Amino acid sequence: MSGHNESILREPLITGNDITYAKITDDILMPVENKPNRAWWIGFIVSLMGATLWLVAVSYTFWNGIGSWGLNKTVGWAWDITGFVWWVGIGHAGTLISAVLLLFRQNWRNSINRSAEAMTIFAVICAATYVVSHMGRPWLAYWVLPLPNQFGSLWVNFNSPLVWDMFAISTYFSVSLLFWYTGLLPDIATIRDRATGLRRRIYSIFSFGWNGNVKTWQRFETVSLILAGISTPLVLSVHTIVSMDFATSVIPGWHTTIFPPYFVAGAIFSGFAMVLTLLLVARKVLGLENYITMFHIESMNKIIILTGSIVGVAYITEFFIAWYSGSEYEAYAFINRSTGPYWWAYWMMMTCNVISPQLLWFKKIRLSIPATWILSIVVNIGMWFERFVIIVTSLHRDYLPSSWAMFYPTWVDVSVFVGSIGVFFTLFLLFLRVLPSIAIAEVKLLLKTSSEQAKLAQIKEGHLDKTHVKEYVESLEKFDSVKQEEYAKI
Amino acid sequence: MSNIKYILGSFGDPDEMMHGIEKLQENNIKIHDVYTPMPIHGIEAKLGVKRSRLDILAFFCGITGTVSAFALIYLTSVVDWRHNIGGKPAFALPDFIPIMFEVTILFCAFGLVGSYYASTHLFPGRAPRVMDLRATDDRFIIAVDAQENGDHSKIDGLLKEAGAIEVKHNERKYISYE
Repeated sequence: MSGHNESILREPLITGNDITYAKITDDILMPVENKPNRAWWIGFIVSLMGATLWLVAVSYTFWNGIGSWGLNKTVGWAWDITGFVWWVGIGHAGTLISAVLLLFRQNWRNSINRSAEAMTIFAVICAATYVVSHMGRPWLAYWVLPLPNQFGSLWVNFNSPLVWDMFAISTYFSVSLLFWYTGLLPDIATIRDRATGLRRRIYSIFSFGWNGNVKTWQRFETVSLILAGISTPLVLSVHTIVSMDFATSVIPGWHTTIFPPYFVAGAIFSGFAMVLTLLLVARKVLGLENYITMFHIESMNKIIILTGSIVGVAYITEFFIAWYSGSEYEAYAFINRSTGPYWWAYWMMMTCNVISPQLLWFKKIRLSIPATWILSIVVNIGMWFERFVIIVTSLHRDYLPSSWAMFYPTWVDVSVFVGSIGVFFTLFLLFLRVLPSIAIAEVKLLLKTSSEQAKLAQIKEGHLDKTHVKEYVESLEKFDSVKQEEYAKI
Repeated sequence: MSNIKYILGSFGDPDEMMHGIEKLQENNIKIHDVYTPMPIHGIEAKLGVKRSRLDILAFFCGITGTVSAFALIYLTSVVDWRHNIGGKPAFALPDFIPIMFEVTILFCAFGLVGSYYASTHLFPGRAPRVMDLRATDDRFIIAVDAQENGDHSKIDGLLKEAGAIEVKHNERKYISYE
């Protein structure tokens, strides 16, 4: 362990000079072991109001049917599927952080994976509620399952991407939940062993009897690695299949082979934006600046530039191919998108997803917390519009001009969407209160190799290349949680 | 014999604990188990914990999933009830692949995690068998069976020498039962 010192050129993943194993536990469990503060209550009450609105709107939909939405016979999918794809996309960052970054041995994932995975699970719950409520008769939702039945032994159509999607989303949700919960076991055991009375009993049940012996830990690491290995192709397949819901149809604007990679990049893009939206606030309110550092924020911003640029290239390619294919319907769909009655939605999407993330090339913006936070919200608005543009503009003008129509949302459409955000935040805020928002055990692993204090000790030993030390000290300037004056003399 | 059941060396640092394991092993003292708040790399080789075979199991669970999904789709939409969808063939293998893939992952993940929980005795509501409550917080605990190893003062000395912050003599194996 301490035999291998990490290169001094790498930026620290834990800052602060008085961090011990005990302090890591105390810091991370602070919100779990204490009464919530006023900020939490305000956030929780507002989210709960949103969740109530969702309950009212969804119940209204169930009672009165899909007719309560603004759909018409031309635009048969609108805010419902927009919301579904938006939420599934947001979920993707959690799996990317926990699985793909684990395979690539990116240690900075250790302090953000837990809350990102929680976000995945809550986002997929929101997405799943859309699927169920857009069915019209949700009590017949089990018809999507291949069950023996009395309709003349008619089975589901296995050639349909909608059936593939059912398998993909349910696999994704349950595997993400397993991965997340298995990772939580050691941390629940930590809470259990520090608690007393009823609290201890409750956490004891949920800790599955974890005691942290050698064999359990060794198997734990094997299981994590295999789960990461299978979750990586899984997460790519999920949004690929979501995109096939559109790509396998014959609607101009949907029928494109570029959809799978373009949707996956967009999903990671919006997911990282949502992680930033949540964590920039959580780090401040919960006082976790030493664990979620400026390095983490900058790294996530870099991923946002990359995926945002991929999305931009995809938009342009799509447009080019619409013209180059020589298909007049395809070309019309795209001209109509950018200059037709929904031009404002198209340009909103272009501005938020392609132009504004490019601002992150500037180091000043990338390292500014308010700018990053605002950009992360802008990206999420842009990604919502992307799905809206793809779905509504492709449908609203079909082959017969007599059936051309516009889509106008009703109060139910708006309430289901706003309410689903309330549901998401309610679940997330509850998560912050009852479970550790950072993987305690995984952060402890970094203490002896990648922390600021370990690197400072290395510098003080004095066997390091002077230019490397200089470079390292310069890289610390961006950290808001590092006491710069300590490095003035080095 | 005294009624001490286990001797626990409580370390504040994983490297010192590893040193403690070496010390005990040099003196032929058998270690019952080690409890740590985080995974320690290289410890399984020292304590002779065998390589996990969960990866092999995961592979076979995955294959079972692939075969089950194929069987389900083939038996329903090719054998039992053919759909005529625009005159296309009922046995459309490329269309079967997404579901076969998803079910592979599903079976693999559930088989793997299920066997992991079973093999390490993890299940909801199991009474935690904890020897020292700080082993999940900030202490690295080496447990030595006091009945098998008679010379207690020697064990104490070795643990202290390696850097143990405290050495406990527990009269009960697990302190977590109320």
